[in-house]
Amino acid sequence: MSAPTQHTQDQATALAIELTNINKAFGPVQANRDVNLAVRKGTIHGIVGENGAGKSTLMSILYGFYEADSGKIQLGGKPLKIQNSRQAIESGIGMVHQHFMLVDRFTVLENIMLGAESGARLNESRDRARQELQRLADEFGLNVDPDIVTSELSVGLQQRVEILKALYRGAEILILDEPTGVLTPQEADQLFKILATLRNRGVSVILITHKLQEIMAITDYVSVMRQGTMVAERRTSDTSKEELAELMVGRKVLLKTEKDERQAGDALMQARNINYFDDKGVQRLKDINLDLRSGEIVGIAGVSGNGQTELMEILSGMVPLQEGALTLPDGTKVDSSTVPDAKDFRNKSIGHVPEDRLKSGMVKAFKAQEAAIMGFHDDKAYNGTILMDNKKVEAHCLELMEAYDVRPADPSLKSANFSGGNQQKLVLAREMERRPSVLLVGQPTRGVDIGAIEFIHKNLIRMRDEGHAILLVSVELEEIMSLSDRILVMFDGQIVGEIEGRNATTQKLGLMMGNAKVSETPEEQAKDLQEA
Amino acid sequence: MSSAQSKPALPVWIDVAVIPAINIVLALLASALVILAIGEDPVQAVEIMIQGAFGYDEALGYTLYYTTNFIFTGLAVAVAFHASLFNIGGEGQAYIGGLGVGLLVLALDQWLNFWALIPLAIVAAALFGAGWAYIPARLQAYRGSHIVITTIMFNFIAFVLMNFLLVELLIAPGSMSPETRSFEEAARVPYMHYVLGWFGIEAAYSPLNLSIVLALFACIFVWVLIWHTRWGYAIRMLGFNESATIYSGIDPKKTIIMTMAISGGLAGFVGINEVMGVHNRILLEFTAGAGFTGIAVALMGRAHPVGIVMASLLFGALYQGGAELAFEVPTVTRDLVVAIQGLVILFSGALTYMTKPWIERLFAALTRPGNTTAQAAE
Repeated sequence: MSAPTQHTQDQATALAIELTNINKAFGPVQANRDVNLAVRKGTIHGIVGENGAGKSTLMSILYGFYEADSGKIQLGGKPLKIQNSRQAIESGIGMVHQHFMLVDRFTVLENIMLGAESGARLNESRDRARQELQRLADEFGLNVDPDIVTSELSVGLQQRVEILKALYRGAEILILDEPTGVLTPQEADQLFKILATLRNRGVSVILITHKLQEIMAITDYVSVMRQGTMVAERRTSDTSKEELAELMVGRKVLLKTEKDERQAGDALMQARNINYFDDKGVQRLKDINLDLRSGEIVGIAGVSGNGQTELMEILSGMVPLQEGALTLPDGTKVDSSTVPDAKDFRNKSIGHVPEDRLKSGMVKAFKAQEAAIMGFHDDKAYNGTILMDNKKVEAHCLELMEAYDVRPADPSLKSANFSGGNQQKLVLAREMERRPSVLLVGQPTRGVDIGAIEFIHKNLIRMRDEGHAILLVSVELEEIMSLSDRILVMFDGQIVGEIEGRNATTQKLGLMMGNAKVSETPEEQAKDLQEA
Repeated sequence: MSSAQSKPALPVWIDVAVIPAINIVLALLASALVILAIGEDPVQAVEIMIQGAFGYDEALGYTLYYTTNFIFTGLAVAVAFHASLFNIGGEGQAYIGGLGVGLLVLALDQWLNFWALIPLAIVAAALFGAGWAYIPARLQAYRGSHIVITTIMFNFIAFVLMNFLLVELLIAPGSMSPETRSFEEAARVPYMHYVLGWFGIEAAYSPLNLSIVLALFACIFVWVLIWHTRWGYAIRMLGFNESATIYSGIDPKKTIIMTMAISGGLAGFVGINEVMGVHNRILLEFTAGAGFTGIAVALMGRAHPVGIVMASLLFGALYQGGAELAFEVPTVTRDLVVAIQGLVILFSGALTYMTKPWIERLFAALTRPGNTTAQAAE
């Protein structure tokens, strides 16, 4: 199914960068094996692949973080050796990382010239940078106020600063690693417009993403990686999402989740008038009211950082209530006068898959079997009077691993040595196998492979069909829309809108996430759509 | 892709045996340079040290007596390590633990025999040591005062407090030196050469006493606690990831206090070995730096009881062999011996992982042929 890339002579001259037979091993792990990649000048080239397919390793080699064990890099037809990122920058390669590399307290101008100052006197380089920035703004339409402090910019604008930083250093090849993960759909559209402009001005863009719709929307060519090798290159107009997904996973994948309509039952958990202030006194949640009903998946959409994390922490008992009240599945009322912890909530049949599994959902240094009893470590099933029964813990972990197809099924392997998808499956297994009345799920498929996403979604739907209540927080709108019966949109700590899952569209949700008013009735909605 | 960025894991035996051995050899090479610099023969010096630490039964007894202290303080530091707390206060906790032992014995040695006294003394040592660690632990848990700073300060407070108590209150009537009265014979932990005598084995005098058995039990206790109980599970989880403890319904504050109390209690057992085993009274600074050596012991022993026993033995040998060296070779002063001990601490404590990248690279090069991609795949 994969054909090695072949170029005719005239195509070869138009290549911005060509990687040939790149190999890179980390000990016994072959991260890149005979990888070939050719990016044509003035095109947007997508690279897709599952986690661990070797995309990031390849880009790190190109940007000089690693040196390849063997292989050739040619820049504009000339061989090139890149040993560190400075050499990469000097050769005209720029990279926008998934996590921005900006100094929050610096102004935009200071961030852009940081590390590229011209001489010892700061005001000279500042003047030069300001001129250059103006030129870039005019040429590419990248307008950012150079004197604003970076932390005051929205995420989308911070990303623009990152792009400007690369261009300021003369980048002709721009690598973007998962650039849309933190953006609203509207911000993502703007990013794509910028990328299109860059392409038209002759910049070559390499776009690493796992969102196939982005590949289809913006790229000219796409390369697919699997298990360290380059399995295919396609002209984007000649391929489809389904074909790309199949190439990534190596088998047919169901991209659309199937579920029946279902009537929601009684409320199993209720939240009333929840307010929450963080350590600095900033109000993070404002008057949240929420019912989680049996047989219903409630999705929470919103740009991350708008109170979703705090809401999950309060509903799971990790953070004590400050104002408001909760009713737990067994009818217990909780308010600011009671001080329960996450264990009490768990014992009252509330399961919690945290948004960031590595931050709180598991312990990387723990064996899988130890990670598999987190929150249940006091359970009589695993403990004698004093000693913990490690045999039973192991047996329990093995059961979970078999039920959720966690690979390798080795309870004594360190959690860190499992892939992201398998770590997530283990966390889900731990929380779901006890069949809690209410399941709180944050980013269930973050960093998870397409094949595993299908499996996780099916299991969530099955729990809903069995009559459990599920709260789903996700930054992936596609996921929210395909799973949720009811979608709540959060903005600045408030629930700013509610919409039936079947009526939701990316556009409507996107507008609500930016806190634009969305009409409630179907007639008005239709009108809005016409206007948009 | 995170898996691709991490270096291949070294086999456990390289990490726990080869790297410490290399560190010691490096430390000895550095020491050899120092000894050469003052014009002595380093090979002869090493011979004297080894002979002085293990060569005859009195020497061995002294070595094991030091080892006993280091096991207690090493375990104390190690338990705190598992919760990612750096307990620098082993010295003060050991000192105050000894105070607890001494007060108990002074109060009861007229009336109770050894077998009634020893369990009470063990409890007193643990409680006083734990109490001295409790205050910094509480300050860390509820006030965020850094445990390193507070435990260091509590060492000084312990020194001053003990000075005051021994000079003003506990001093034996009519005595010129700040020491308590000597305990009754009933309060003496039996010397090992007596115990061996019961079995008909002749051994020369040494301060080694039955406390070493307590030390070995403490090792088993720590091993069971850390890896085989739900409390150890909580301690380790706190050490690796504090948010995970909150997620799991484990109170990190209580866990900090519990861990430090256990740590301080273990350090307090030094009081059994010193106060009840050797001196038979409380005297000034009987801990002699054992609390600080415990930090190096725990680092070198990788916070595992087996490693701690081996590291304690090494430091015990350095103490005893070093003393012998200073005695045998006049140009090698006591200070130089301290410098050699410092080099060993430097290489196997502070620079523990200095050689690791080279060894990893060497290991990767040796294992490269015939490697597989099995682990690269999902």
